[in-house]
Amino acid sequence: MSIATRESYGNILVELGEENKNIVVLDADLSKSTKTAGFAKKFPKRFINAGIAEQNLMGMAAGLATTGKIPFASTFAVFATGRAFEIIRNSICYPNLNVKIAATHAGLTVGEDGGSHQSIEDIAIMRSLPNMSIIVPADDVETKQAVRAAVDIDGPVYIRLGRLGVPAIFDNNYTFTFGKGNLLKDGQDITIIGMGIMTSKCIQAAERLEKDGIHARVINISTVKPIDEEIIIKAAKESDCIITVEEHSVIGGLGSAVCDVVSMFQPVKVIKIGVNDKFGESGNPEELLVKYGLTIENIYHTAKQAIKDNA
Amino acid sequence: MEKDANQLRIHIINMLTESGSGHPGGSLSAADLLTYLYFKEMSIDSEDKDHPNRDRFILSKGHAAPALYGILAMKGFFNSSELKNLRKMGSFLQGHPDMRKVPGVDMSTGSLGQGFSASIGVALGGKIDEKSYRVYTLLGDGELQEGIVWEAAMAASHYKLDNLVAIIDNNGLQIDGTNDEVMKVNPLKDKWESFGWRVVEIDGHCFQDIERGFVIAKQTKGQPTAIIAKTSKGKGVSFMENKVCWHGATPSEAERVQAVQELEANLC
Repeated sequence: MSIATRESYGNILVELGEENKNIVVLDADLSKSTKTAGFAKKFPKRFINAGIAEQNLMGMAAGLATTGKIPFASTFAVFATGRAFEIIRNSICYPNLNVKIAATHAGLTVGEDGGSHQSIEDIAIMRSLPNMSIIVPADDVETKQAVRAAVDIDGPVYIRLGRLGVPAIFDNNYTFTFGKGNLLKDGQDITIIGMGIMTSKCIQAAERLEKDGIHARVINISTVKPIDEEIIIKAAKESDCIITVEEHSVIGGLGSAVCDVVSMFQPVKVIKIGVNDKFGESGNPEELLVKYGLTIENIYHTAKQAIKDNA
Repeated sequence: MEKDANQLRIHIINMLTESGSGHPGGSLSAADLLTYLYFKEMSIDSEDKDHPNRDRFILSKGHAAPALYGILAMKGFFNSSELKNLRKMGSFLQGHPDMRKVPGVDMSTGSLGQGFSASIGVALGGKIDEKSYRVYTLLGDGELQEGIVWEAAMAASHYKLDNLVAIIDNNGLQIDGTNDEVMKVNPLKDKWESFGWRVVEIDGHCFQDIERGFVIAKQTKGQPTAIIAKTSKGKGVSFMENKVCWHGATPSEAERVQAVQELEANLC
């Protein structure tokens, strides 16, 4: 059963809203899509609609944070990080205010709305801001725990959520740890690092590789900033080559973050699978992922080729 | 209060001469408004600066930081001997107000329009918690060219934030020229009213008139109030008054002496 991380977000927000009266939620006329509508219905006095005004959305969230509230500000990733960037920079990150930006519809899987709405740069932008933490949960269980963890982080947090349903990866025994990646499968032949909706595809690609006698290590990175350097360095040391997979540009996202780490501490070849510096386009989410190479097939073949090249 | 405002102006001139950079024109035009706010209007206490029901002030025109720093020192939030460290590396008195550094500053500002937007959030916080604190924010008139100002104005009226007062320091000038030359912002009263605000126009240098504005604001229910204060950029210093060039240029020592002499003459 697959469930979109935006759905998980909407659900956990209501739970958290019940537990913590300081949580307030803001949206920009997209609450039906971002799923903050559930919170809005239950706690109307603590829900603020900014209307189609993303800069003021973030400014108001900053102001609310100064009064001791824990604001969750939601809209589409492209507008949250793009339109309101400088407000996030100067009103949230610079004064280090406790605002959680839960942005949905990140990446290509926005689908039919097309390129103007498909953020392939949100992580790159958010990474560049001091004081900003970035969490990209991979499934329902992880999203719920990550959003809960975000409440306890003192400072700005960017949470990247998606429109498309994702299969379950973690069960109820899982504990999300902020700042720590997950070793989902051990292996010494090659490492595949995934993020968000691509993590389950990495697992499936690794299973195919296993059938070919290739033992791939699979890592899920859910905290992109601050990134788990230890798990990456260990993988670089023990497996000679890393493939990163993200529903994001190859510029500035997960792949770049991994490159930063390995080139400083444990240089290895890194092959980045992601959106190759192109804008998205209209299409259904599944066919877009195929067109842009964000598939199990592509991960599998890239890994096989990498091992061949290395031999 | 005239004496206090004058003292504030002396602080502004002195600290800007020492720093060698900063914004005298817009700091001086705001001096009387800030004096009234901090000495008469707002319920704040330097001994209890984090009181949850304190009135809030956000300097949305953050470049007027010298005026804010001066008034905070005069109210005892920190020692006025610190003012000479404005803009110096390592000083808590940064070029634009930093809430993490300066006691008494409720929000970091500097990028125009954002303080005002944050003030909507602060006022909303008060409404959600049913607190009685009032939120005051000072904007420049050039600042009204920023789109976020109108997003925020729309929201304040939509949410009936009658605990919010926006004061516009209407000195008519900005950096590249007058407002009219650069990008027309008038008619201000019509604009704010059309956005659902109660509007009061006052003389920003006459304390009786300033008081009239704030009294009306306090009585206004169901909508926020915009006080449009007609001011003179560089007010109080004869060679600075109404001059575009004194937006961001600082006085030389000789100019400082002349300015302080003029201001001290007013103190008698």
